[in-house]
Amino acid sequence: MCLGIPGEVIEILADRPDLARVDVSGVKRAINIGLLAEEGVEPGDWVLIHVGFALSKIDEAEAKAAMEFLEGIGKAYEDEIAALRESRII
Amino acid sequence: MRFVDEFRNAETARALSAKIAALCEPGREYKFMEVCGGHTHTIYKHGLEDYLPENVTLVHGPGCPVCVIPMGRIDDAIHIARRPEVLMTSFGDMMRVPGSGGNFFDSNAEGTSIRMVYSPLDSLKIARQNPDRQVVFMAIGFETTAPSTAMTVLRAAKEGLENFSVFCNHIMIIPAIKAILDSPDLRLDGFIGPGHVSTVIGCRPYEFIARDYGKPLVVAGFEPLDILQSIYMLLLQLREGRAEVENQYARVVPWDGNPTALRAIGEVMELRPYFEWRGLGFISHSALRMRQRYAAFDAELLFETPGVRVADPKACQCGEVLKGVLKPWECKVFGTACTPETPIGTCMVSPEGACAAYYNFGRFTRTRVREASVT
Repeated sequence: MCLGIPGEVIEILADRPDLARVDVSGVKRAINIGLLAEEGVEPGDWVLIHVGFALSKIDEAEAKAAMEFLEGIGKAYEDEIAALRESRII
Repeated sequence: MRFVDEFRNAETARALSAKIAALCEPGREYKFMEVCGGHTHTIYKHGLEDYLPENVTLVHGPGCPVCVIPMGRIDDAIHIARRPEVLMTSFGDMMRVPGSGGNFFDSNAEGTSIRMVYSPLDSLKIARQNPDRQVVFMAIGFETTAPSTAMTVLRAAKEGLENFSVFCNHIMIIPAIKAILDSPDLRLDGFIGPGHVSTVIGCRPYEFIARDYGKPLVVAGFEPLDILQSIYMLLLQLREGRAEVENQYARVVPWDGNPTALRAIGEVMELRPYFEWRGLGFISHSALRMRQRYAAFDAELLFETPGVRVADPKACQCGEVLKGVLKPWECKVFGTACTPETPIGTCMVSPEGACAAYYNFGRFTRTRVREASVT
């Protein structure tokens, strides 16, 4: 729950501009991007995701480093990805 | 005996380790608290204490939301879940947190429906799909997760959903840090500030720590090098006689935080006069509840809760661990009666809890053995 996981924005949903499809380690799910409304989010951007909400934009290098770190911590990250896999917000 | 994984850039870490040692004055003891459970996890996972001189001690703080939730709130959640119309949802971390009569899994074995969700938005979808049930989201977490709950409530209001509510247990990091600073048990030299919480609140709320208490705080990232770099920055401040708030994690944390997230919290939630924290007791203005104008989404108003204060099991010393007074292995039941499979205390439940982190990755170096044998 406390882990921030990096995801790459694939597309903004046409009928729900506050939602985006993201790719997190190959898992593609919808998340909410409303907390980044001021900065704006576009396909190709990397975001740090907490419990289904993008909380900050990060650059690709940071995303890669964060991902490598998370994959190294093992079970806590696996649990987070498993939970994300079950997520169906729309 | 487990060995901690060698991490990437271990070479750089050793160089940083030498710079840290060079900054320490011989004979002086340094105690830094890492407030966030995510940092505790990294420290144990990578054995970072071995990169520090013996006179630098890391004290684990209360920044693990699962760890500080008092038993009474678990009992309240189960009480709500026992109503036949209620379908309760919460994060997976909550499922094994013990209440006075068992955890959520035990409760489900007796007939309640408490489901794990990844996001409060999953709860919202469950509510849409189950119009005949009252879907309650048990919200927990610091400012990192509070905006998500707030945004979900705003969405529920927009959709006019009448069968969704929140059992709000959101807490705030600043009052907890202040309680620790005011506690007579502990003398600290500085803080490793939480990373993700700061993404929301920014760095300004910590300024009182430097100004009023004269202690440095460095907001830190989660990788081993981030933490070592932050310790270096803290020691450099002490060496130069400064007490400031610095941001080591500027690549993610903006100095002013996320104003949209803060506005969402402020729109939906307000301060509680006081809230009980496991280990720290009652702290005034330390938690959030739903505002009156969102009363229709407030599970505490919709359903009765016993609200009974439940004392922790006598054997459990989570309180001392959460305040940083005891190290995990100094607790009487650590690793014997209390393990991640059968936790007695909350610090053993969450992977970010100091006890679980130490149990999973803990290693007894000579220093640790010596420390343990003294007590």
